[in-house]
Amino acid sequence: MKTVEEIKAAIEAAVPGAWVEIVPNPSVSGQHSLRLAPEHAFEVATFLRDDAELSLDFLSNATGVDWLDKEIAEKVKVAKTVTKTLDGVDQQVEETVEETRKRVVPGYLEAVYHLFSVAKGHGPVVIRIRTLNRTDQVSLPSLTPVWRSAEFQEREIFDLFGIVFTGHPDLRRLLMWDEFKDHPMRRDYVEPDDFEYEPTAHDDVLKRAEAHRAKLAAATAVQEGAGA
Amino acid sequence: MAVEAGLKIELGKQGVFVTTIEELYNWGRRSSIWPMQFGLACCAIEMIATTMARYDLARFGAEVFRPSPRQADLMIISGTVTKKMAPQVVRLYNQMAEPKYVIAMGACAISGGPFKQGYNVLKGIDRYIPVDVHIPGCPPRPEALLHAFMTLQKKIDGQHLTGEGRPRHLDAEAQGEFPVPVQGEHDLEPTSNPGVWPVPITIR
Repeated sequence: MKTVEEIKAAIEAAVPGAWVEIVPNPSVSGQHSLRLAPEHAFEVATFLRDDAELSLDFLSNATGVDWLDKEIAEKVKVAKTVTKTLDGVDQQVEETVEETRKRVVPGYLEAVYHLFSVAKGHGPVVIRIRTLNRTDQVSLPSLTPVWRSAEFQEREIFDLFGIVFTGHPDLRRLLMWDEFKDHPMRRDYVEPDDFEYEPTAHDDVLKRAEAHRAKLAAATAVQEGAGA
Repeated sequence: MAVEAGLKIELGKQGVFVTTIEELYNWGRRSSIWPMQFGLACCAIEMIATTMARYDLARFGAEVFRPSPRQADLMIISGTVTKKMAPQVVRLYNQMAEPKYVIAMGACAISGGPFKQGYNVLKGIDRYIPVDVHIPGCPPRPEALLHAFMTLQKKIDGQHLTGEGRPRHLDAEAQGEFPVPVQGEHDLEPTSNPGVWPVPITIR
């Protein structure tokens, strides 16, 4: 099979204006993935499926990843004019000073697709598409028209991560009920406080159970105070 | 009043059978517990195995799995009850005719089991409907399910038809229908039925 670099070149040659980035995988498997821009993802996916040499006709897995906002501390060299007293005379001196600057890389949601070719017997080719942020700009193009097997998996990603797939034929929740509002696989998901009975609690569950008890005790104290 | 056991045997030797209405009634109830044909997860496979020739559930008069709650006496909660499924389970239970019984089979049906902290897992079906027999195990072996049947039969046999503690279907005041939880925006509402499941007090 072609390497990711060759696939990237093939995509760029076949789909005009397509933007592809190689996301390296430093582990032993070296399964590098191709990051696609959402606006060209559909054409690129169609090319990957229909290209005679690649013919990635089988989507085996689609999943989501939630990447939180990241704070990055960088050391930057800054040129500064400093007033220094040299030999009793004030002088303006240019100096380079190292400064630590913090910047926040906004988080995003990511859909990951694993492609194989049944006809050629090769794979996987991993493609990733990222949303602009985690809150309001969370739509991605659906690849269900390209690979039918994406239908339920995209519904599951929509259900658990909250990525909205535009062009999906039937985008409803898959595992949770329709009235449910949260996305349980997001890292900031707050699960309901149902720790009233934990006979064998430990670690996190113990903490949650204790917090629940404290909250209950505070509530009854307030009630008793109001009653008296 | 029950007839003395020794006298009963002596009379039986003479070809006279003596019994009480209570005994006869309970014998009828316990000898034909028809379960509902209803499986939720991997425990259902063990339940199916129990009905097959090797374990032979027919010995207990319970081999007739009914595909309708109207014809069933027993609900075997065989597997994980998800929060999405819980209202349907309670609704099916409500649709069953009295007398009706529940066996919570396996760790998940009892407490949520290995999936207890999952976002979609109910922490035990006994929060919404009254459970007669709990069987631990993951999954319980067919023998354990047979033991649950025997426990249930023993329980039915011990019930008196009148007075305090009589079975629910003979008590006009007793609650026979249980509120179906509503699927809310974050969780089931309510999260439990306090009439069935008052929060147990943990003693350490």
